[in-house]
Amino acid sequence: MLEVQNLTKNFGGFTALSEINLRVEPGERLGLIGPNGSGKTTLINCVSGTIQDYEGEVHFNGENLNPLVAHKRARRGISRSFQIPKPFTSMTVKQNLMIPLEYAVKAEDLGNLTIETHADQILKGLELSDKADQSTSGLTQIEMRKLELARAMALKPKLLISDEAMAGLSSSEVDDILKILIELNENTKITIIMIEHIMRAVMSFSERVVCLDAGKIIANGTPDEVIKNAAVEKAYLGE
Amino acid sequence: MSTNRFYMAIGGLAVLAYLATAFVDNQYYFFAGFAILQLMVMALAWNILGGYAGYVNFGSAAFFGLGAYAAIVALQLFGATLFTQILIGGCFAGLVGLATGYLTLRLRGVYFAIATLALLVVAETLIVNWDYVGGAAGAYVLPKRNPSILGIIIVGKNDALFGNYKELLFFLMCVIALATIAICRYVEKSKFGRGLEALRDNEEAAESMGVPTLKLKLIATTLSASVMGFTGGIFPYYMTFVDPISAFNLDISVNALAMPLIGGTATWLGPVLGAIVLGTLQQVITVTISSSVNLLIVGLFLVAFVIFAPDGFLGLIKKFRKRGD
Repeated sequence: MLEVQNLTKNFGGFTALSEINLRVEPGERLGLIGPNGSGKTTLINCVSGTIQDYEGEVHFNGENLNPLVAHKRARRGISRSFQIPKPFTSMTVKQNLMIPLEYAVKAEDLGNLTIETHADQILKGLELSDKADQSTSGLTQIEMRKLELARAMALKPKLLISDEAMAGLSSSEVDDILKILIELNENTKITIIMIEHIMRAVMSFSERVVCLDAGKIIANGTPDEVIKNAAVEKAYLGE
Repeated sequence: MSTNRFYMAIGGLAVLAYLATAFVDNQYYFFAGFAILQLMVMALAWNILGGYAGYVNFGSAAFFGLGAYAAIVALQLFGATLFTQILIGGCFAGLVGLATGYLTLRLRGVYFAIATLALLVVAETLIVNWDYVGGAAGAYVLPKRNPSILGIIIVGKNDALFGNYKELLFFLMCVIALATIAICRYVEKSKFGRGLEALRDNEEAAESMGVPTLKLKLIATTLSASVMGFTGGIFPYYMTFVDPISAFNLDISVNALAMPLIGGTATWLGPVLGAIVLGTLQQVITVTISSSVNLLIVGLFLVAFVIFAPDGFLGLIKKFRKRGD
C-alpha cells in the first residue's frame, strides 16, 4: 500500500532522514518509534506531503506521490493527526469534521449519508456528540486528541497516521484512544501508522514496529523482536 | 435572513439609492455618500483576503490605483465609456492580484504584508514614470456630455436617468457596494468560504484535510483585487483628475484594513459597519475640522479596538447580547 524508497531529507546541513526504505501493507498496524529528533514526524511529513522537497520516492497504492501536494495526497486517502493538535479554532467541533468531508471525500463514498450525518456518526463513535456544537476552545486534552482523530477519520482514509495521539494523556485515556484505533483498524481495515512514545501503547497496538534513530531505520520487526533489539536499547538508553 | 429576503433587501436598497438621486437636491450628500461607499467596498474587498483567509494586505491602494490607471489607459487608447473603464479597471486589478498572489502567497504573516506594501511602491513608481498616463503630473478625465445607451440619455438636464455625474457615480458606487456585499455573503456561506476559514485557522491542518489552500488563496486575492479595481475604475471620473499620489495613497490601504478590524472581520456586516461609522465620522470631521485629522481618528479607533475590542463592533454587540441573556 505505502512504499517509501530511498527517502532522504536534509534541513540545511542536518540530515533528518537518510535513505529510508519502508513498506506498509494494506490493513497493517505499524508502530513507528524512536527517540526525540530521530525523524519520525519528518517521515510522516514527507509521506503526507507537508514536506515535499525530499529525495527519494513515496508510492501509495502504486502511484508515485512525489508530484502531489498535501491536499491531493489527502484526497488519495492519506490522513494524519498532528502531534500538537491543530483544530480549526473558529469552528465548532462538528464543523471541524465537515472540512475534510466537504473537501476530500467524494459523494459516492458517503453513500446515502449526508455530510452532516456522517460527521455525527464519527462524533458519536468517539463519544464527542455532546460537544458537536461547542467551540474547540473549551475541549479537554483527551477531547482535543479525539477531535484530531475524528477529523482524520472524517477524511475516510485508506491510511491513517496518528502522530503522538496519546501524548499527555492519563493511563485510562491512553486505553480509550487505543481502543478507538484498534476498532477502527479491525472494523474498516484501514492501515494505521502510529507514532508513539508510550511503549505500552505502541507495543500492544502494533503488528510490526519500526524504530528510527538519527534519521535511519535501526530495527524493523514484531514488537517483541524490536524491544529486544540491542540497537533500539542503545538508541533509547545509550551505551 | 433568508437568501430571498437578502436579495430583495439588496434590490430595495438599489431602488432607494436611485430614488434618492431623483429627489434629493443637496449634491453634498452624493459626494459624501460616494466617499463612504468607496470606503465600504474597499473594506469588504480587503476582508475577503484579510478577514476570511487571514492574509493581511497592506497594498490595497495598489489594486485601487491600478484599477484607476487601467481606466485612464482605456480612455486614452480608445476613449472607453465610464462602464468600460470600470470593467477594465476591475479586470486588470484582478489579473495583477492573481499574479501577485502567485508570487507572494507562499509567504505568511508579516512577510506577506510587507510584500503587498512593496507592490504598492512598485506600482506607484511605475505610474509616476509613465508619461502616457500623465506620469507624476496626473491625468484629467473630462466627462462626456449627455452620454446615452440605446438612445436613453444617462446624464443630462432633461429626460435623463440622472441629473448630473455626481448622482450617476453615487448610484454606480452604491450598486458596486451592494454587489460586493452579496459576493461577500455568498463567500461566507459557501464551501469556498469554509475552506478560507479553515486555512486562516491553521493552514497546515487545512491542507492535510484536503483543502487546496493555494488555489483558494489565489481566488480570494483575485476576487479581492478585482473589487478594489472596480472601485478604482470609477475614481478618475469621480475626481475628474487622477495622479499617482491620490490613486496610490497609503490612506486607502490603511482605511481598507482599519474598517473591517474596527467593524469586525467575521462577516460582511463588520466592514459595512466600520465603513459607515468611521466614514461618516471622517466626513463630519472633514467639514467641521480638517480632512488631515481623518487618519488620526482612524488610527485612534484602530488602537482602541485592537486593545479593548479585538473582534470589532460585531464582537462587542455579541458580548452585550450574551450579557443580556
